[in-house]
Amino acid sequence: MKTYQGTRFTKEHEWARLEGGEVYIGISDYAQHAMGDIVFVELPKAGKKIKAGEQVSVVESVKTASDVYSPVSGTVVRINDVLNDSPELLNAEPYENWIAVIAADDPAETDKLMNDQQYADFCAKEG
Amino acid sequence: MNENKIIFELSRTGRKAYSLPACDVPVKPAETMVPGEYIRADATELPEVSEVDIARHFTHLAHRNHGVDSGFYPLGSCTMKYNPKIDEDIANLDGFRSVHPYQQEDTVQGCLQVLYEMDRMLSAITGMERFCLQPAAGAHGELTGMMIIKAYHESRGDTGRRKIIIPDSAHGTNPASAALAGFETVEVKSDARGGVDLEALASAVGPDTAGLMLTNPNTLGLFDENIARIAEIVHGAGGLLYYDGANANAILGKCRPGDMGFDVVHLNLHKTFATPHGGGGPGSGPVGVRNELVPFLPRPTVELKDNKYLLDYDHPLSIGRVKSFYGNFGVILKAYAYIRTMGPDGLREVSETAVLNANYLFGRLKQYFTVPYDRICKHEFVLSGEAQAEKGVRTLDIAKRLLDFGYHPPTVYFPMIVHEAIMIEPTETESRETLDSFADTLISIAREAEEEPDKVRNAPYTTVVSRLDEVKAARNPVLKWGD
Amino acid sequence: MSRYIPDTEEDRARMLDAIGLSSTEELFSDIPEELRFKGSLELPESMAELELASHMKTLAGRNANAEAYPCFLGAGAYDHFIPSIVGHIISKPEFYTAYTPYQPEISQGMLQAIFEYQTMICRLTGMDVSNASMYDGATALVEAALMAVRSTGRSRVLAATGIHPEYRDTLRSYSRFNGIKITEVEAVSETVDKGRLESILSESPDDIAAIIIQSPNFYGYIEDMKSVAELAAKYGALSIACVDPISLALLKPPGECGVDIVTGEGQSLGNPLSFGGPYLGFLAAKKELVRKMPGRIVGQTTDHEGRRGFTLTLQAREQHIRREKAVSNICSNEALNALAAAAYLSVMGKEGLKEAANLCLQKSHYACDRLLETGKFVKISDAPFFKEFTVKSLNEPVSAINERLLKHGIIGGLELGRFDAGRFDAGSLDSGRSDHGRFDLGGADLGGSDPRRFDTGRFDAGKLNPGGRDPGKKDCWLVAVTEKRTKQEIDRFVAIAAGGDR
Repeated sequence: MKTYQGTRFTKEHEWARLEGGEVYIGISDYAQHAMGDIVFVELPKAGKKIKAGEQVSVVESVKTASDVYSPVSGTVVRINDVLNDSPELLNAEPYENWIAVIAADDPAETDKLMNDQQYADFCAKEG
Repeated sequence: MNENKIIFELSRTGRKAYSLPACDVPVKPAETMVPGEYIRADATELPEVSEVDIARHFTHLAHRNHGVDSGFYPLGSCTMKYNPKIDEDIANLDGFRSVHPYQQEDTVQGCLQVLYEMDRMLSAITGMERFCLQPAAGAHGELTGMMIIKAYHESRGDTGRRKIIIPDSAHGTNPASAALAGFETVEVKSDARGGVDLEALASAVGPDTAGLMLTNPNTLGLFDENIARIAEIVHGAGGLLYYDGANANAILGKCRPGDMGFDVVHLNLHKTFATPHGGGGPGSGPVGVRNELVPFLPRPTVELKDNKYLLDYDHPLSIGRVKSFYGNFGVILKAYAYIRTMGPDGLREVSETAVLNANYLFGRLKQYFTVPYDRICKHEFVLSGEAQAEKGVRTLDIAKRLLDFGYHPPTVYFPMIVHEAIMIEPTETESRETLDSFADTLISIAREAEEEPDKVRNAPYTTVVSRLDEVKAARNPVLKWGD
Repeated sequence: MSRYIPDTEEDRARMLDAIGLSSTEELFSDIPEELRFKGSLELPESMAELELASHMKTLAGRNANAEAYPCFLGAGAYDHFIPSIVGHIISKPEFYTAYTPYQPEISQGMLQAIFEYQTMICRLTGMDVSNASMYDGATALVEAALMAVRSTGRSRVLAATGIHPEYRDTLRSYSRFNGIKITEVEAVSETVDKGRLESILSESPDDIAAIIIQSPNFYGYIEDMKSVAELAAKYGALSIACVDPISLALLKPPGECGVDIVTGEGQSLGNPLSFGGPYLGFLAAKKELVRKMPGRIVGQTTDHEGRRGFTLTLQAREQHIRREKAVSNICSNEALNALAAAAYLSVMGKEGLKEAANLCLQKSHYACDRLLETGKFVKISDAPFFKEFTVKSLNEPVSAINERLLKHGIIGGLELGRFDAGRFDAGSLDSGRSDHGRFDLGGADLGGSDPRRFDTGRFDAGKLNPGGRDPGKKDCWLVAVTEKRTKQEIDRFVAIAAGGDR
């Protein structure tokens, strides 16, 4: 399984990466693999305030729809609107293609998430 | 005709299929009647084709479609039984098809009598007090039933009941309907026999329980033997029981939801009572209730007073309307004719035969597939294609391979609690020979899956198109011609 | 044994034997003994086909019908011309005995027909996307309101009182239970009060999800759709227009007026009156709203060999995947009615639909002018209308006029004074409940189809859709004139309405 140095993970298979005080979020390789061909990503609106654990986006494949929960609390500052036309990028490079950037209320919140090794173990247990 | 064209691709300027009489009143310019800014600048770009073009186009399309009249259609939970032709003729009588819904009551006594008697007959079949015929489909009936349950609790000042309990084997429409009526949903798991897990149910109910939605026999085709206990638990907590009638074809004249303890029931006339599914609709999903809930039914009701049928709107506690007019009358009419054709003995025979057919077919297929619940089934049963899937042939592949033999495949991947589910409902209108040849085919496909897995994986071969690219359809939707 | 059950006694015996049982009763041993239904359902005994046909003809004979009686009733269901071929197309068993096209390889016929239907609805309405149809005009309007609430994140909807009363009643039922707030906006001269709309919007600019209007509205009058759409857009709300599909051959399409969601009753498109159903609701929208749209949607794609094909698409919106989070609980469409609409629109085509619409316009205006000329009726609004209009009777109650017309074999217009114009008014009806005793096989003893045998005298005012009657609509009469009405029929209708006896 692919993981990504410096990236943190949630049990719901989102990833979060702290860069320059902002948190980039996306879905993990495990998640994209489980979903199959992604056909649509419902992006949040920039400016939306969000709490950790709240739904921030929805990712759809032909036969599934998965809610994406925000790993941190804060405000959505940017969205990756490339995904509007190319949702398949989440299949191809899940860690290169973020869904949204969040100005976190407390950037240290990402420290509470799993690191790549912990996440790999977690996924192994999930089967 | 080899080439498959869209009707717009057949269009030629100046061709026409219509004829209308010349205007026999003095013609005035449209602008003198409607302001210019409201008038359309260009004509609507509809096809310009001849009547022959249309006849051939739609005949060609019909050839590209499979219906019950084309062949066996064992689509689980959909009850694809034969649709009697006389019922179509009846719905086409001018005295039904050309009646306006707002005609004065004295001029629609025949229509009202059908609605009135249908209410009585469905009540007798289910053990309910009254039925409302307004809902246009099963899901619409569910929503109506949920609204009735909510209105009932509210009328008692019991406003804290915001949760509906739904088993994990339920149809997706159950939680969606409950949510649309403003409820939260709570899922309870199934036990090892495929029924509601009583312990899980007991711990799920409470003062916030508005009700339980249950299909019995459930989507596994199994009768929940604990139904009396289930009713006790839910009623004990102050909730109501909702009966999803999707599987009523198993119980006609054998048991009644009312006797099982259900408070609200919907039936699917397009399943149980032989009205055609129409390629996805129109259906009809009447809702029946027990005595205490009658005041909450949608209005109007049809009443008989002084030897005359009338529409009664005077129901102050009614949830209101859920649809315009009185429901899908044309569908209700066909179901009425069906029930009058069958009578009480015929309906019992329907369920006995549907259940016999299902068990016979189940017996023939058991040793070739994984059997998640090995017990007597009702009108349908669920197999699992797990063993085949381990060898790389998925249930979807088996379904597609069936197409090559002229069968509509069973329902697949539902209920969700069975892996690689194959849900088969033969109905009572199929002969033993049909069941046998279907079983032989499915068994031969199971063998093929072992011996020539690719042959199954790449099926179908004989249909007008092969498997379609659904990812492409969803990623870049083309939803009209010219997109 | 019923004629629809092929198993013979011998088949049964062999099948039972194969599964190791000796009686069918054993198949029901899983139903607890005390819950098993004993005895016979309280239903009439079965009928042979001949008996059934005769019984049903008798019932049909107790209804007046628009084939025998020129019909001037509309109000949401219209007596339009249905070309013969439409019935032949929807009677093809491959279409009507099929279910939802879950298996696209053997459902290309219905899928393509629905795709063609979606295209035609888009062209009529001027919108980008259409779904595969909904239950009817009322539920399509409700679903549009829900869709607006979902896409704006706001919870209040403004609905014009010109919207069909039954549609508003349906909207109220749905909204009562799921927290949507409805504010009804009154009309000025029978069209929506735009000043009032603007003042509500400006008072609570972040609150309103949508403005809903119907055009032509319930009373027949054409609304200023463009201004309403602009007003909605100005406040970040969506505009929803419920329209008459035949009128769109003549009137500016809602898409050109900037409307966001268009709905309507599609019965007029090739579907018979059938005492109120089955009909179809259409729902079309701007492209950006497609993933919030309820209902089935057919899309074009290709198969493995690159051939064009059609399939249900965007299914991740739907209940079988999203369950309680689905955009709607709907899991069907009115496919056969949509097929009838597609067949109808193919027959009428670009020119025919325009011609039919123009005949409606000409004839309804002719009828209105003739009625006014009698001096016994006045207009209630100068707003333009398409095929339906409201007049006020000066000298006698509308019920008396309708009764006289019926005696002469004509179905008159709708008596608005008796029609629900809003909230339910308890106690307006004196009928007691029926006595539900044993099933009454005989039914009421009524006359046949001779108009003089319909007992019009016993019709009590107040029985039809009572409640909150708009006092302003007392003595008002809603008259619909379609392309089917001849000049002779209209002249006779006017003469009898005015008190003559022709």
